[in-house]
Amino acid sequence: MKYLSEYRDADQVRRAAEAIRAAATRPWCIMEVCGGQTHSILRFALDRMLPESLTLIHGPGCPVCVTPVEVLDRAMALAARPEVVFCSFGDMLRVPGSHCDLFAMKSAGGDVRVVYSPMDAVELARRNTDRHVVFFAVGFETTAPTNALAVLHAARLGLKNFSLLTAHVLVPPAIRAVLASPRCRVQAFLAAGHVCTITGTSEYAPIAAEHRVPIVATGFEPLDILQGILMCVRQLESGRSEVEIQYTRSVRPEGNPAALRAMAEVFEPVSRPWRGIGVIPDSGLALRPAFAEFDAERRFDLSGITANESPECRAGEVLQGLIRPHQCPAFAQRCTPQHPLGAPMVSAEGACAAYYRYRRPSQASTD
Amino acid sequence: MQCPVPFSQHSTVQLAHGGGGRLMRELIEGLFRAAFAGPDDRSPRGGRLAAPARTAAHDSTVIEPSAGPLAFTTDSFVVSPLFFPGGDIGRLAVFGTVNDLAMAGAEPLALSAAFIIEEGFAFESLRRVVDSMARAASEAGVRIVTGDTKVVDRGKGDGLFITTSGVGRVPPGVDIRPGRVAPGDQVIVSGDLGRHGLAIMSVRQGLEFETGLQSDCAALNGLVAAMLAAAEPDDVHCLRDLTRGGLAAAANEIAQDAAVGMALRETEIPVCTAVQAACELLGLDPLYAANEGRLMALVAQRSAQAVFQAMKSHPLGRDAAIIGEVSVEQPGVVELLGPYGPGRILDLLSGEQMPRIC
Amino acid sequence: MCLGIPGQLVERYTRDELPMGKVDFGDVRKEVCLAYTPEVEVGQYVLVHVGFALSVVDAEEAEQMRTLVEQIEAAADAEPGSAPPPSDAGPKPDG
Repeated sequence: MKYLSEYRDADQVRRAAEAIRAAATRPWCIMEVCGGQTHSILRFALDRMLPESLTLIHGPGCPVCVTPVEVLDRAMALAARPEVVFCSFGDMLRVPGSHCDLFAMKSAGGDVRVVYSPMDAVELARRNTDRHVVFFAVGFETTAPTNALAVLHAARLGLKNFSLLTAHVLVPPAIRAVLASPRCRVQAFLAAGHVCTITGTSEYAPIAAEHRVPIVATGFEPLDILQGILMCVRQLESGRSEVEIQYTRSVRPEGNPAALRAMAEVFEPVSRPWRGIGVIPDSGLALRPAFAEFDAERRFDLSGITANESPECRAGEVLQGLIRPHQCPAFAQRCTPQHPLGAPMVSAEGACAAYYRYRRPSQASTD
Repeated sequence: MQCPVPFSQHSTVQLAHGGGGRLMRELIEGLFRAAFAGPDDRSPRGGRLAAPARTAAHDSTVIEPSAGPLAFTTDSFVVSPLFFPGGDIGRLAVFGTVNDLAMAGAEPLALSAAFIIEEGFAFESLRRVVDSMARAASEAGVRIVTGDTKVVDRGKGDGLFITTSGVGRVPPGVDIRPGRVAPGDQVIVSGDLGRHGLAIMSVRQGLEFETGLQSDCAALNGLVAAMLAAAEPDDVHCLRDLTRGGLAAAANEIAQDAAVGMALRETEIPVCTAVQAACELLGLDPLYAANEGRLMALVAQRSAQAVFQAMKSHPLGRDAAIIGEVSVEQPGVVELLGPYGPGRILDLLSGEQMPRIC
Repeated sequence: MCLGIPGQLVERYTRDELPMGKVDFGDVRKEVCLAYTPEVEVGQYVLVHVGFALSVVDAEEAEQMRTLVEQIEAAADAEPGSAPPPSDAGPKPDG
């Protein structure tokens, strides 16, 4: 596949790994913010090609993992309503709430459907005017504009039976939260290339300057990730802390203006709780009052639903890079993909699930 | 309520078609028996049905036993949609059971087919499925010799469910099972992976995409016979068809059952462009995708090349590949060696693969 | 997060007042909304996420990126002054 396979080229990948080894003269800690990058790193075993002095910390960039239990319980409550068709990306179906997951709701008779695009949910609403279609709007800045357009489109079509259960989160506040922890070891960040495709890089410049950390907007293929790491290492070694773009084939400094406009028209920033981490100020998006009729939380009274997280799950520390998944006492013992305590063990890109799938404790303990 | 009419005068299946009365008899005689009946000379190799008089309508079909061991298997088929690119539930139901027999090295003798039909199911669709099963059975060289029909209330089934069972004759000296897998065995797959799973996905509501992809569903007994003929006696240690859960599930099951390790080379595993593209798009892994006409073979090293060449010259094994080998290390664990050297564990999934955005 | 896959735009049209298109990923085609890449032309590659084209792949940059490692190495060779700085000037999180 063009623009995919060439960034998996074995020769180039090995050269990049060698260049990193040559460039890194001291130990460094780099966080890849995005779960998609974590997934690539473990799937292609990229971390095993790096010098031992280099530590990769897997960040909180997995929307599935950071969606609070409370929001999941609200999703279950919506899915249980007979008039509701509850649509979601496939990622969310196995994520446990307080009592069950969306698969269990489906077994119990809820109309839960997996869609590829939020526009598919709009189309379902249009074809089933006697039902109410709720779309589970999760995701970072990459996905938010697509859900914004779904709302604008539903409004234009005059649909009265479509709404979003919104759990959007934003990357820069999460990076700030990671840096604010007194135990933070992160010295540089790979920023998520697809988020930056929408937002551009301007929001990252103040973070890089204030905290003196290099930030490199990086793609998702093996060569992208190694190039991003190399750019971080070069900055670290020469004492720079700038925002650079590795993923230049998609990221422009100004981002995608049309997508940003739609996002700003439909959503406004709000403080949001992140699963395992807690409330981060201005770290999420909610529908603006003008679009209240598309807000599932207002259409259906869900405010009474509150929940607490499993006290045993140390997802927060994992997502902030304070511990590695296998360092959690529950890892692969009381917490497995079959019986997850927390979301990072569920999501395909969750750090715990990625470790469980691709690394066994015997292997993981060597890094 | 009114006089019974021949089934062909209804456009859909009625509860009465399963009621044990005249309508049911007409359905069985007019549709099933007519489609599945065959001349006696089509009875399978290595065993035979009893004389025609004894195969007439009756509660059981009598098969005259052949010498040697028999293989016996059963499988139920539920698929949505019932008709998909490259096949339908009927073909799956015949090939699935034929393939399960073939994985024990058995030549299929006879199949049974049981139908659970939802009231209101279109006769035209039922006829298409039944005709397709008859063709599939003919392709596989097997007869459907007995069956059953039940009709359930509307809303209590998903159109049509089929259960097939089969008996097959295991040729002398053939002993194929996980317990025979040994370190050094070569792992061979019979073709590229994931076509069936992704072809089904391409027509699932909410996930549709346009593609030329077709299900790979096929009867593998002919391919298996060619492989056995090419190998030194006893050298084909284990066979497994790569259905639900794909290569990853099959490899893990065998590694665990045989208590051996397995190292597979990711770059050697054949996956066609369309499957690759669809997997990238939906966030799926082709190694976990279902196949209905692919197998993996674990073959002693000295026969591996001969078996591989025999597969390559069979139409269903043209894209066969040797993808790895069995080791003594890490019993029960399948390691996938990546494109850059270091490997990772190829684990079982906790459930069906879901399309993802992240 | 955010699976994004490059594919080639093979057709564009308008539906319900939205710019839409067919994107080819290699014997797999999917309908994609072009509202956020209004400038894209048939034949160009777009990055697709959940049925939306998020950006037009910059063909020139894509070509250059393949040899980015060499470029970085060449640039490093060209500036011998890029030696590690004194350790107290090294970046630290100052959280």
